[in-house]
Amino acid sequence: MIATQHPLTASSLNYNPWAPRNVWNRAMNLLVGLFSFMAVLPLVVVILYVLYKGGGAITPAIFTELPPPPGLSEPMGMGNAIIGTAMVTGVAALVAIPIGVGGGIHLAEVARNGWFAQSIRFGVNVLAGVPSIICGLFIYALVVNTRILWGESFSAMAGSLALAVLMLPTIVKTTDEGFKLVSQELRMGSLGIGASRFVTITRVVLPAAISPIATGVVLGIARAAGETAPLIFTALFSPFWPDWSSGLGLLAPTATMSVQIYNFGIMPFAPQVQLAWAASFILVVMILAANLLARWLARFSAS
Amino acid sequence: MTPSIVDPIISCTNVTISYGTFAAVRNVFLDIPKNKVTAFIGPSGCGKSTVLRCFNRMNDLIESFGMKGKVSFHGQDLYGPCVDPVEVRRRIGMVFQKPNPFPKTIYENIAFGARINGFKGDMDELVETSLRRAAVWDECKDKLQESGLSLSGGQQQRLCIARAIAVEPEVILMDEPCSALDPISTLKVEDTLHALKQKFTIVIVTHNMQQAVRVSDMTAFYNAVEVEGSDGKVGYLAEYNETKEIFNNPKSKDTKEYVTGRFG
Amino acid sequence: MFTNKKRPWTEKLVDRAFIRMTAILASVVSLTVFGIFFTVGFQAVFQGDLSSLLPWNPDSIWQGIAAWNDEETFGVRWGAIPHFGLGFLANSSWNPVRNDYGALTPIYGTLMTSALALLLAVPLGVGTAVFLTEDFLPQKLRATIGFMVELLAAIPSVVLGLWAMAMLNGFLAVFTPLHTHLGWLPFFGTEPGGPNLAMASLILVVMLLPIITAVSRDSLNQVPMELRQGAYAVGATRWTSIFQVQIPAAISGIVGGTMLALGRALGETMAVTMIIGNSTNLSVSWFSPSSTIASLLANQFGEADDIQVSALYYAALVLMILTFLVNICAQIVVKRLALKYD
Repeated sequence: MIATQHPLTASSLNYNPWAPRNVWNRAMNLLVGLFSFMAVLPLVVVILYVLYKGGGAITPAIFTELPPPPGLSEPMGMGNAIIGTAMVTGVAALVAIPIGVGGGIHLAEVARNGWFAQSIRFGVNVLAGVPSIICGLFIYALVVNTRILWGESFSAMAGSLALAVLMLPTIVKTTDEGFKLVSQELRMGSLGIGASRFVTITRVVLPAAISPIATGVVLGIARAAGETAPLIFTALFSPFWPDWSSGLGLLAPTATMSVQIYNFGIMPFAPQVQLAWAASFILVVMILAANLLARWLARFSAS
Repeated sequence: MTPSIVDPIISCTNVTISYGTFAAVRNVFLDIPKNKVTAFIGPSGCGKSTVLRCFNRMNDLIESFGMKGKVSFHGQDLYGPCVDPVEVRRRIGMVFQKPNPFPKTIYENIAFGARINGFKGDMDELVETSLRRAAVWDECKDKLQESGLSLSGGQQQRLCIARAIAVEPEVILMDEPCSALDPISTLKVEDTLHALKQKFTIVIVTHNMQQAVRVSDMTAFYNAVEVEGSDGKVGYLAEYNETKEIFNNPKSKDTKEYVTGRFG
Repeated sequence: MFTNKKRPWTEKLVDRAFIRMTAILASVVSLTVFGIFFTVGFQAVFQGDLSSLLPWNPDSIWQGIAAWNDEETFGVRWGAIPHFGLGFLANSSWNPVRNDYGALTPIYGTLMTSALALLLAVPLGVGTAVFLTEDFLPQKLRATIGFMVELLAAIPSVVLGLWAMAMLNGFLAVFTPLHTHLGWLPFFGTEPGGPNLAMASLILVVMLLPIITAVSRDSLNQVPMELRQGAYAVGATRWTSIFQVQIPAAISGIVGGTMLALGRALGETMAVTMIIGNSTNLSVSWFSPSSTIASLLANQFGEADDIQVSALYYAALVLMILTFLVNICAQIVVKRLALKYD
């Protein structure tokens, strides 16, 4: 049975295009090519569509005016939502970055692999999997409904807290992983000349790990800027400019671009729908820019 | 310089292999005799593995790979436009430097290749025969359903040899099969080679000159020279003859220095 | 020359305080997770806000519990879990007029949209990952395609929802013939006339693709080259090697990525809310408007009060437990199936 000899005809090494295995191979090649095309297609279509519908709606007034009341078509602006998104996302980053980086430092530098670190890492994974709308409900129950922030209910601050909860796991993870990439020799070198742990971590390790952390933070902020679900019951919406004169700037309901897309996109009025597209355009351009920036940061760190 | 070999199974005519713009080995003329063991020896970076891998078109997996010249198998050009590399590899098997059993059971590791080659006989028997011929049957007959990765390094390598012979190729290429093994496993693999010689043509790359003496009938010595105008090296076939001639009566000075351990 | 040969106490203090502080910051993560579960659970059990936990609050639940038997004077304002119990999960009516709530419709919608989306996204995503790890195209082009698929993950859900609404008629043009020819199948049973469950699933596919592709691509890339060579050396074709060696070797990552994507699909809110039709009537047909737990929350939470709010929190709790279990499974799968290869 073992002694089968191969017949040695001259053409036996030749490619037989109709051998079942070769037909199957070609069919599969074609199929995955098609799959990849279908995977890239939505991105191209969505981006082109948003650029086409939204790009046409971009005028200087978009940045300086307020949205029109329902049914009217003047003025055509959404300056309040642009400022609102910057405000809510910015405050969220201010809350989440220190907590996330600090927590990440603890995981990577202090706790490493003990039970405490493992339980925190487990928590990070669970938190990363919590649906964003639940973050909104949590902050609603904790902050909005209890009026814990100086008696105010819906506010930009509440929205920021919800986004911060969302950003936190990403930042902790990238910090943890970024610190792990730093070589042990560097740490030993610093500790070896008598530097304290605080100095070693903040002056030696952190600068060496800054680039992957920055990449993660940029991506985290970009993702948060486009989030809607955590904001609809926390920052709510507002047709007005943030009110700084009465001191309620951060403590009042605030418009954001993402919520505006949701609110205006489902309205039956053409000007509102157009503003929703304009907001989509700005968000998409911003997020693409952030991704390119993150890629550049990553390459920067690689060299 | 090249001995005349009647009816070679594989022959290289003026083969030059490059990766991108970098030439790895050049102008190789070589005939591999049937049912013999041919050893490739030489210092590292001289292109012996590269030449070996172009016998079963394994270099096709490397994107920058380029080859000039002709490699023929039973007189047929292996790199001809109509040749199916899969067909080539079914007739010219290979064992690699690092043992690479599939993440499957020991039984499946053997049966996998047989099945895709359209084996219709008694699979249990084939598995047993192959493992026996690779001298690893006694060590794994009681755990055929365990993962191939559960074996030791030496056993894994003999499993890989069993896997290669199970598909009944005509030629088995071995790329430093013992470099990752301990001396005892190495001896076992060498015993396996002696037994396999009756049925298969074997080409083995080795760093170990004693091994070449022990197992091979023919030896090809490769060397590397500096390329003018760059800091890279390019390999070439320095001398090819019967093993005892290479080791006892080398023609070239480089060969003599290498086989007596002066460099390499 | 050196004034700090003996460490000053301030330096030691800073050092110790810094370590403590990072520990506290790290605990914030766990506290948040705990807080989310506690808050959602609390609101599902009790009506009224979190401040009623404070003993000095006039509406404190502690007083209510102390006066357990005296229902006329105090009594706790119990929420959805005590009211509806586990029957909530099997009840398909959502009736604010009669205050009768059950989450069967959104649970069915959540599971069905996610399952449908995975059914389409897994072959597409794994296929794309295979395409990107094989040498069909030059390395540069493959990297670009990979980056583009990852960018897809960065497009906000609400923008995809807006786009899907604009594409509504296109979807209907595809669905209508399915109903005409295959209408005898219960899943195609109703005439597609507007936003529906099938559209939500398709949008989910777009959102899951990048996750599945990225994770599968990473794990396929980690399969050692030697394994592929081993398969080729016994005469395997490209696809025999992919199906029998490479994909089995990368299966932990692929399954893990799929579970991660499932967790994401279950909780995805905005795009689904905008395109699913938000109906709380149970219908088996994919062409009927439906709702998911997340879309129910986004759609109803703003106008709800009293027991309805609590019922929504109950639904949110169900969603959280679902995603929690899926994520745990994902982590276990990745650890269990991970190929031990050095």
